[in-house]
Amino acid sequence: MAVLILVFDLILVATLLGLALAALTSREPSRAATLFIAFGIWLSLVWARLQAPDLALAEAAIGAGFGGALMLAAARRTAHRATRGRGDEETEPDEAHPP
Amino acid sequence: MNRTPSLVVALLVAPLALVLLWAFHEALTQPSGARLADLAETSLSRTGVGNPVTAVLLSYRGYDTMLELGVLLAALLGIWSLGRVSPGFHPPELALTAMVAWVVPLLILTAGYLLWAGAERPGGAFQGGALLGAAGVILRLTGERRLGLPSERAQRRLAIAGIGAFLAVGLGTAAAGLGFLAYPESWSKWLILLIETATTLAVGMTLAAAYPGGPPGPAGNERDAP
Repeated sequence: MAVLILVFDLILVATLLGLALAALTSREPSRAATLFIAFGIWLSLVWARLQAPDLALAEAAIGAGFGGALMLAAARRTAHRATRGRGDEETEPDEAHPP
Repeated sequence: MNRTPSLVVALLVAPLALVLLWAFHEALTQPSGARLADLAETSLSRTGVGNPVTAVLLSYRGYDTMLELGVLLAALLGIWSLGRVSPGFHPPELALTAMVAWVVPLLILTAGYLLWAGAERPGGAFQGGALLGAAGVILRLTGERRLGLPSERAQRRLAIAGIGAFLAVGLGTAAAGLGFLAYPESWSKWLILLIETATTLAVGMTLAAAYPGGPPGPAGNERDAP
């Protein structure tokens, strides 16, 4: 049983490090944000395994959920801006698409 | 990617990583000695809550939590000063609308549960507030421009509710001669619950309002550009 738990812990840690590296090294912002969300959820599993349910809750809700949502929105916005910037030159980008 | 800045960043981060590794090593190898956890456990009965994490956040180190709320407020003020909000999302399909009609009430209910459970079990104001914020984000993702938030005036009041409750209680206990945020034992549970309720609402509203990335008000009510 102890060996099984050790194997489980090792898989947890290895996957966590793998997700962190993948998030840090990915070039596309939205891909990095998605990987960061996966990392946050995985980290909350690690906190739960360390018997820190309060931290696990906070990590899943704020770290992965809310931080991830903010990062995805930011990534989406930069992508939006990049595609608009490639079109025509405009000093005020917000005026390009009237409501 | 530009090579020079990333090299500078690496050079700056490497010593920090070394210091962190050293601190981690010290923490693991030092003889345990007197641990704060035991002290926290023994005075737990005097705080009026059964969850040591809540006791630390709201009673032992209430000042830190109050300042955290100040950080959230400062972040929200920064976001509100950013100018126009980004375009929202397309109106959702039927399945998503039906799911959100179920999920949002459940999220609000769970936030209330986490707030109440925080006194005795894992949970608390920040987790409950994060769920409230998530409800707002989900509403926004289905095209609800206002994220279910109240009027701008009410949002301003809610944004300062958490730190305001902390300050009011703290000044009250100071005026009673007990010291800032030193709750009297018989009132402790209810004062903590009062602060936590205000904090949950403030955190939920702050997180939801932070998501669109701009101030509330008329600018946020325009129709989306495709």
